[in-house]
Amino acid sequence: MSEPKKEGIFKSFKNLPIDSIPKTVLVAVVLCLFCSMVVSFAAVNLKSFQLANKVRDKQKNILQVAGLYYEGINVEQSFASFEPMVVDINEGLYSDKFNPQDFDDLSAANDPMLSEALIDDPASIGRRTNYATVYLLKNKDESVDKIILPIHGYGLWSTLYGFVALEEDGNEIYGLQFYQHAETPGLGGEVDNPKWRAQWAGKKVNNQDGEIMIQVAKIPGVSEHHIDALAGATLTSNGVHNLVRFWLGESGFNKFLVNFKNGTT
Amino acid sequence: MSQTRKKLLVDPLVDNNPIALQVLGICSALAVTSSLKVSLVMALAVIAVTAFSSLFISILRNHIPNSIRIIVQMTIIASLVIVVDQILKAYAYEISKTLSVFVGLIITNCIVMGRAEAFAMNNSPVDSFFDGVGNGLGYGLLLMCVGFFRELFGAGSLFGVVILQPLSEGGWYIPNGLLLLPPSAFFIIGFLIWGLRSWKKSQVESPEYKIQTVEDH
Repeated sequence: MSEPKKEGIFKSFKNLPIDSIPKTVLVAVVLCLFCSMVVSFAAVNLKSFQLANKVRDKQKNILQVAGLYYEGINVEQSFASFEPMVVDINEGLYSDKFNPQDFDDLSAANDPMLSEALIDDPASIGRRTNYATVYLLKNKDESVDKIILPIHGYGLWSTLYGFVALEEDGNEIYGLQFYQHAETPGLGGEVDNPKWRAQWAGKKVNNQDGEIMIQVAKIPGVSEHHIDALAGATLTSNGVHNLVRFWLGESGFNKFLVNFKNGTT
Repeated sequence: MSQTRKKLLVDPLVDNNPIALQVLGICSALAVTSSLKVSLVMALAVIAVTAFSSLFISILRNHIPNSIRIIVQMTIIASLVIVVDQILKAYAYEISKTLSVFVGLIITNCIVMGRAEAFAMNNSPVDSFFDGVGNGLGYGLLLMCVGFFRELFGAGSLFGVVILQPLSEGGWYIPNGLLLLPPSAFFIIGFLIWGLRSWKKSQVESPEYKIQTVEDH
């Protein structure tokens, strides 16, 4: 005879007084569950688009830093003139341990087998990968025209990820470009400004004795090693200064670039 | 459309503009208005978030316990913002890169929270939705006005189309660099509020206190 009294669980909760503790807990749990489902549904479903965007953006940035990009270009096709190579940073030699097509140096930096913790860490990256993918832009006769090296380091708010393009002598900079960062738009975000980036072209990394000289600073005068820092973005500029010197210096690609110049890679 | 709903949509544009009258949401208005395209996407993102957060909060308003009211509103707003951010990253990658953290910061935009707390908690879902759209539009309108001045005089273009040929590209116009920096948005918003309050005298706030004159003393 207890049949008509029975109410559904849902209804009995619904009729709880609104400010009672069970109701409060229930609302919180149900809402959080539902919201997390919505968020993860969106994230999972859109992930493939986002990854494709990221890959295309990376290729586009490599084209841009090498001065090959223009509006409406077929990114994938043009990217074919680049040869990706995995470099052993400590040895300064090419490595055939990994497939350069899918080697991911950023996840390698988190793998203790493939990276080392930095004690002297001017770029604030914590660990540095031992292997990195470099991109060689080839001329028609298979000789190397430009070397594109991946670089990253901490600015003000975020890690800046980018590329630096060097001429075939491994010392003269052709261009520098960041493809991912979260610096303040309009201030540190001006690292993307074409006018500022244009300064890098033709600058020399090392002096004749092979000492690293390149610097980003607010100092008067023009020299072949000096890039004018961004106005109103001192910390981002310092970050760029440190990360460029780190990746092009002794603990970065210096060994590889020396070997490359001597033809002993 | 009924008269009240129309009022909900149109009122926040000029008469009760969230930026100009309530002076809310200034932070993002400073940061994202250096170009019109970015302002437009930001405006659309905020319209979507205010509209749907107001709608959902209004639907749930009779089941939201008072003690966790704000947290519930924040959870709904934050989820919507993340979804909007994910969509932008998937379909408008370039712009989402320019907007960077500011899409995520819609969560802390006072307009969204303000409408949820002041309107959606006490009104029907459809009205709340219109109120959200209206306030988003009001925010967007001001954003576009600021973006118009900043892009035109800061970069010599509108929506990326060159209007005033800059000197550096062989034209005659010397862009005003100040307008590309966030402080310029402060000045422009200030001038807009001044203009608006000279036009609509009712928006002028009465002074909180008056300095006594000698005669009164």
